[in-house]
Amino acid sequence: MTTITFITPDGARHDIDARDGQSVMQAALAADLDGIIGECGGSMMCATCHCYDDEGRTGPRSDGEDEMLESAACEVTPQSRLSCQIKVSAEMEGLVIRLPQSQL
Amino acid sequence: MNMIEGHVAFDPAPGIPVWDIDPYDAAILRDPFPYYAGLRERGPLVYIPRYSVLAAGQYDTTREIFSDHERFVSSRGVGLNDFRHGTPWRKPSIILEVDPPDHARTRKVMARALSPKAIAAFRETFRETAETLVDQVLAKGRIEAVAELAEAFPTTVFPRAVGMTDSDPRRLVDYGAMVFNAMGPDNALRRDAMARQADIVPWITAACGRARLTGEGLGAIIYAAADAGEITEDEAGMLVRSFLSAGVDTTVTGIGNMLWCLSQNPAEYDRLKHDPALIRPAIEEMLRFTSPVHTFARTADRQTTVAGLPIPEGAKIICVLGAANSDPQKWGDPERYRVDRRPQGHMGFGAGIHGCVGQNIARAEIEALLTAMIARVDRIEPAGAAVWRPGNAIRSLDRLPLTFVAS
Repeated sequence: MTTITFITPDGARHDIDARDGQSVMQAALAADLDGIIGECGGSMMCATCHCYDDEGRTGPRSDGEDEMLESAACEVTPQSRLSCQIKVSAEMEGLVIRLPQSQL
Repeated sequence: MNMIEGHVAFDPAPGIPVWDIDPYDAAILRDPFPYYAGLRERGPLVYIPRYSVLAAGQYDTTREIFSDHERFVSSRGVGLNDFRHGTPWRKPSIILEVDPPDHARTRKVMARALSPKAIAAFRETFRETAETLVDQVLAKGRIEAVAELAEAFPTTVFPRAVGMTDSDPRRLVDYGAMVFNAMGPDNALRRDAMARQADIVPWITAACGRARLTGEGLGAIIYAAADAGEITEDEAGMLVRSFLSAGVDTTVTGIGNMLWCLSQNPAEYDRLKHDPALIRPAIEEMLRFTSPVHTFARTADRQTTVAGLPIPEGAKIICVLGAANSDPQKWGDPERYRVDRRPQGHMGFGAGIHGCVGQNIARAEIEALLTAMIARVDRIEPAGAAVWRPGNAIRSLDRLPLTFVAS
């Protein structure tokens, strides 16, 4: 298990235990966290799992992720990621993920 | 080499239950739920001798196989035929029937054309068409909803969205039926669908050419990718073919199944009328509840194990999405249609890198129709028995008599 801290738009911090190999999106949904929808289920087709990795710890974006981010509802910054494309690993212990105001 | 249904026959490892059933029997395809339950009860993998395939129906196993594109490839066909050992009936799709790294290149172009942002451009025409159609339906009162709504809507809006300069609704719907029935065994369904090949295929191929498309729409986005050197001109034609293969019959099925769900569950339709925010979840629940694409196959590209059970290289595995979507272990009360379920993780659009690339436009079409309906239609009532149409990969309605009552 790897602990990930999600910061929701209201500023609240939520520590969630994620299974290695899971995506950050799946971990958030499994914990019933509001703020990530993940409508397409992780096929990188919907941009409703947008998040910000302010510390830049999750590696480069996947092929095609840039273009799908263009469909995100909120501002896309260099720190933007689609959380379905971030695979959880032990090195991510303590990762902080900030969520946008809205996904739709 | 002993071949069955175009793939190499194999014997199951000890420990894998053998079940002598025909999942492609017309009666089972019409009412598949006892078969789905039987599959799940027997174990994570079941061997079906008449086709020499493994079948997965429990949620976890089905998801594992369906989304692991490294061990379970699509390039050998997503039906029973193994493209490594025979010639496919048509040139394989360059997005559906292909693996990474080749897949990423074509998927990116299709995902661009079908992204939520791109689809937003169609919202207004979808709304207008939906409102007109629903008004026509209300004027009649009693309709046969498969022809008059489920087929009428996509065959109106989709060719226009693609930018086709001329359309042929019948051929478009029947081409989809051909593509999906071809994924099954050499049964009457497949043979009947294929009998129309000579009439339909040349028309489809011609319709995919650059000259037959307007400068706007999804087709133009694909050909722009060819102009930019991302894909070749031939590949652009093949990707437009994918729109026509997978974008019509599937959405027709989704709309028909949606209307069926709501006509069978009037209280759930009432909830939509009072809370339109439930429309999107209601669509997801329809996908889970009816599994419009009920079965797709994968091929084991190496010797491997799933749920501790050995799978030989070359084994065809049918992933029974309908069984996974109705697995009580995953869903609790899968037999109930609930618009507020929010069935995260359903397999209605598949999973992983091959997850339906057209899901945004499919949702947008159904959403437009439901939005028009809840503003105008008080009740949808069955006006006779709904009849399911057996299909080797798709579960759709053949006839759906309904009465629409105005608000």
